[in-house]
Amino acid sequence: MASKPNLDHPVFKIVKEAFPAVRFRATEFRGQSTLIVEPGNLHKVLAFLRHDDRCDFNFLSDVIGIDYLDYPTPMPGRFSVIYNLVSYTRDDRLFMKVFLDPSLPTDGIDEDPALYLDSVCDIWPGAEWTEREVFDMFGIRFRNHPDLRRILLWKDYPAHPLRKDYPLRGRGERETYRVIDRTDA
Amino acid sequence: MPYTLKPTKAFDVDNESTEYLSTHVTAEDRWVMNFGPQHPATHTTLRLVLELDGERIARCTPHIGYLHSGFEKLGEHLDYNQYVTIVSRMNYLSPIANDICWHHAVETLFDVEITPRCKVLRTIMAEIARCQDHLLCTGAAALDLGAFTGFLYVFNVREKIYDICDFISGQRFHPDWTRVGGAMMDLPDEAMFKKLVKALVNEEIPRAVDDLEKLVMRNRIFLDRTVGIGEITEEEAIAWSLSGPIARASGVRQDLRKTEPYLCYADNWDGQGAEAVKFKTPIATEGDVYARFRVRLEEIKQSLEIIKQLIDEIPGGPINVFSDSKMTIPPKSEVYGSIEGLIQHFELVMTNRGWDAPVGEAYGANETANGELGYFIVADGGPRPWRVKTRPPSFINYQMMAKITEGHMLADIVATLGSLNVVAAELDR
Repeated sequence: MASKPNLDHPVFKIVKEAFPAVRFRATEFRGQSTLIVEPGNLHKVLAFLRHDDRCDFNFLSDVIGIDYLDYPTPMPGRFSVIYNLVSYTRDDRLFMKVFLDPSLPTDGIDEDPALYLDSVCDIWPGAEWTEREVFDMFGIRFRNHPDLRRILLWKDYPAHPLRKDYPLRGRGERETYRVIDRTDA
Repeated sequence: MPYTLKPTKAFDVDNESTEYLSTHVTAEDRWVMNFGPQHPATHTTLRLVLELDGERIARCTPHIGYLHSGFEKLGEHLDYNQYVTIVSRMNYLSPIANDICWHHAVETLFDVEITPRCKVLRTIMAEIARCQDHLLCTGAAALDLGAFTGFLYVFNVREKIYDICDFISGQRFHPDWTRVGGAMMDLPDEAMFKKLVKALVNEEIPRAVDDLEKLVMRNRIFLDRTVGIGEITEEEAIAWSLSGPIARASGVRQDLRKTEPYLCYADNWDGQGAEAVKFKTPIATEGDVYARFRVRLEEIKQSLEIIKQLIDEIPGGPINVFSDSKMTIPPKSEVYGSIEGLIQHFELVMTNRGWDAPVGEAYGANETANGELGYFIVADGGPRPWRVKTRPPSFINYQMMAKITEGHMLADIVATLGSLNVVAAELDR
């Protein structure tokens, strides 16, 4: 990133005024603004962004999970969840980001108390499946989610495969495939 | 109507379909039926567990993932040009729209401005893809409801669209046509391309749409099966993140081509003050299955208008950007004619080299036939993306399936599924 981020998104000021006690960080890249907040404050800030008339982000486009294990630039946390918010009334798009750090080894599917976020299904019901996908792929769980089950993989799948420590070829049977070559065929 | 519709409760997440999981079959006279994974009307593999009260659906629980093949994991291991072959296979009804969207996102990330010629060709192909998708969606819906002839009329035209894809890229079904900063190659023969496209937009598609409309849209049986079925209100459509023709059939005035314009939908797309293409965004307010088909058919007509505006105005010049930014593969004349071109080609093509992507994150979205298709790319500075998140319209639109079918008859599942146009490869990725 050669140029300095341009942090003049009008919503930043409104949010900062509304939550003087909350610590925000913000960034911008290619004209797309991202607001970073701590996980504990996520739900109330999102509810504010949805319901405040000056923000009015009435459309949740997507919920995105990212794993930053060994990312070249240091990040404030291992995992991140991004909320892609759109305001239909103001034709505006904003990304809301939280960082999470796991407290358990990430190669299993054990429930990690550190990897919890408040579900936004009560604000935007459309988050139901996208949050389920984040849970399925990254093992980040959502409190008060109406139906938090795996969505693309089956119930007993032994990993969260979009974590960076999960190999591309999978773990388990594929890893231990016996390779038969010409000599012992 | 022969039965009363289920009252729709907006914003109600905590509805019955989720409780179902713990309390299996509640009433004794209800029984559970599997719809899919293999069923002719699902077109691919998706499964609905239906709890039936007679022939009425009491609860509907969609189970998806049968076609999950880890496209997003693969995206982390393929470079910015290679991954186009994977995205092409997401929405296979209009594959070239996925290609265009993917490279739109990559070019947003790389900050590459493509040439006017490429913009026009991409816009034309994106609109042809929209027709391709809507034609199959409406035709297949007619097929599912018993009208085989209409389906054959529109499927016949899709073959002509495949001919065009074949002509420009060499591949009929999955063109994999775009590249970073342009396309895999220029048009092999511009006059021929114009001739094919003009035949398509002036004769073939209008005739097929006309046939389909006459056969189906005022057909008593079709009306009985679709009017008032699967209604979605405007508030629900926004709250449940619906986009594209499904949202617009419920009265949501939203089209990324208008609100976040890209390609030739934006003003000044050629850098010399060219005006954006003119088109209308069809809106219906009923929000039922029938309204969705009407919106789709109207969108086909608008797409044809867009293509007609552009087809005689294809600018000359190169199709690929060749700049000092080292982000695009240089033209062959540069590769063979200059040492810089050769080095740049080598740098991008060799597997141990590749793009010097910026370290950052960008989102690029297009209005495709099903709605907002977007790619959120996290780049780590290397030749491959760190993370690729698709915003698949089918996946997000399909959430509504359970909510809008509950209370309807079993046979309405087929009509509703057809109107949502769920493409399982995109749904499961």
